[in-house]
Amino acid sequence: MKLPEAEKLCEQLAAELKPHVGPKSAMVGLYTGGVWLAERLHKLLGMKTPLGLMDIAFYRDDYAARGLHHDPKRTKIPFDVNGAELLLVDDVLYSGRTVRAAMNELFDYGRPASIRLVVLADRGGRQLPICAQHCGAKVAVPDGMRLRLKRIADGALRLELEDAA
Amino acid sequence: MQRNPQLNANGELQHLLSIEGLPRELLLQILDTAESFVGVTEREVKKVPLLRGKSVFNLFFEPSTRTRTTFEIAAKRLSADVINLNIALSSQSKGESLLDTVANLSAMHADIFVVRHNSSGAPFLIARHVKPHEHVVNAGDGRHAHPTQGLLDLFTIRHYKKDFTRLTVAIVGDVLHSRVARSLIHGLTTLGAPEVRVIGPQTLLPAGVESLGVRVFHDMRSGLKDCDVVVMLRLQNERMRGALLPSAQEFFKNYGLTLDKLSVAKPEAIVMHPGPMNRGVEIDSSVADGPHSVILPQVTFGIAVRMAVMSIVAGN
Repeated sequence: MKLPEAEKLCEQLAAELKPHVGPKSAMVGLYTGGVWLAERLHKLLGMKTPLGLMDIAFYRDDYAARGLHHDPKRTKIPFDVNGAELLLVDDVLYSGRTVRAAMNELFDYGRPASIRLVVLADRGGRQLPICAQHCGAKVAVPDGMRLRLKRIADGALRLELEDAA
Repeated sequence: MQRNPQLNANGELQHLLSIEGLPRELLLQILDTAESFVGVTEREVKKVPLLRGKSVFNLFFEPSTRTRTTFEIAAKRLSADVINLNIALSSQSKGESLLDTVANLSAMHADIFVVRHNSSGAPFLIARHVKPHEHVVNAGDGRHAHPTQGLLDLFTIRHYKKDFTRLTVAIVGDVLHSRVARSLIHGLTTLGAPEVRVIGPQTLLPAGVESLGVRVFHDMRSGLKDCDVVVMLRLQNERMRGALLPSAQEFFKNYGLTLDKLSVAKPEAIVMHPGPMNRGVEIDSSVADGPHSVILPQVTFGIAVRMAVMSIVAGN
């Protein structure tokens, strides 16, 4: 099965986002794949506000069942969230639970003016009423498989399928 | 081989009772998780929803201000409900047994017991009797262990020195009565610190302390030479039975940390103390309040470390 080229989707997304970037805009990437994508977009868009990095480990809804994620990264939001027009960036949109957790965490930093969701790929299967305003591509993923963004040796981004188990 | 009572069948941390016997990966997991929690404690809303709906019972059979308060703050920042029990004033003084006290609190739907007890091993006893979904965190048992203090010391050392594998660490003073020293020594050796020293008079060092993998010094100047980290211990008056020391003044003269004695350590050495400090007994104010001191950051890091421990055990 042929997956779309992540690098192309990235440039396409940047072009699509351009008209939405203004003086109050700020970007937050979700670890790990979303941070890679956000680093790319942030640069392509020449955004002035420093990039925010977020790990939603402390806001997940499956803590009771699965415990704490083993290697949580430190969330860093180096700008004032209050009144910001946020671009929330993740690699793959699936159940919507990560985005729910990320929005909860963002609101503990302040009250943004707006949040737009930016994803490289949407694989369907939503369990919550969440949709992306900017989506690189819709990708059909076979049952039991997971779609992930990988960063290969030269720093290039690539979408890959792997066993969900 | 008997399973480590702190770990569940999957090798995950179910209780935190002692640093002794915990694998390196688990210690690093706690320190890394604490690092993320430091970020939470620096923001305006210093709370995350991880332990929402859980109840943390602080069972302090022995007085403590700092440890109890930091556990309370840590639990509240994880959104847990906290119940503080000052057992010295309650049922135990009416004759209730330790396990009966715990069974009663368990019937009130406790999730985590934070236990401080003057008998070594009390938290182990409780851990053996709690239900599978309940967790025990040792907040200091007798002379045995004080794992969260040891962990916050390790966190502090890593914060300032980055890497354990080149460090010389001196632990100074009343090692004999110190559960902090024991926990820290185990942690440092597990994380690969090449040289851990203990410095103190013969009467305040436990017999056979060398077997823990430390070098023993009875003289401050030779012991502190070229150290990266100096950990001062409190002279534990309340644990002293019999005449181990001529006097506090005499102790200060030989083992109290002054700027002069500290000058033989590395210039960028850090000075730590688990608190509460006896100024003028084990540490001089000029050191405690001086540029080498990281004593107050230790307290701040202690909150993040306790958040990490509680959120890891409660999730396993």
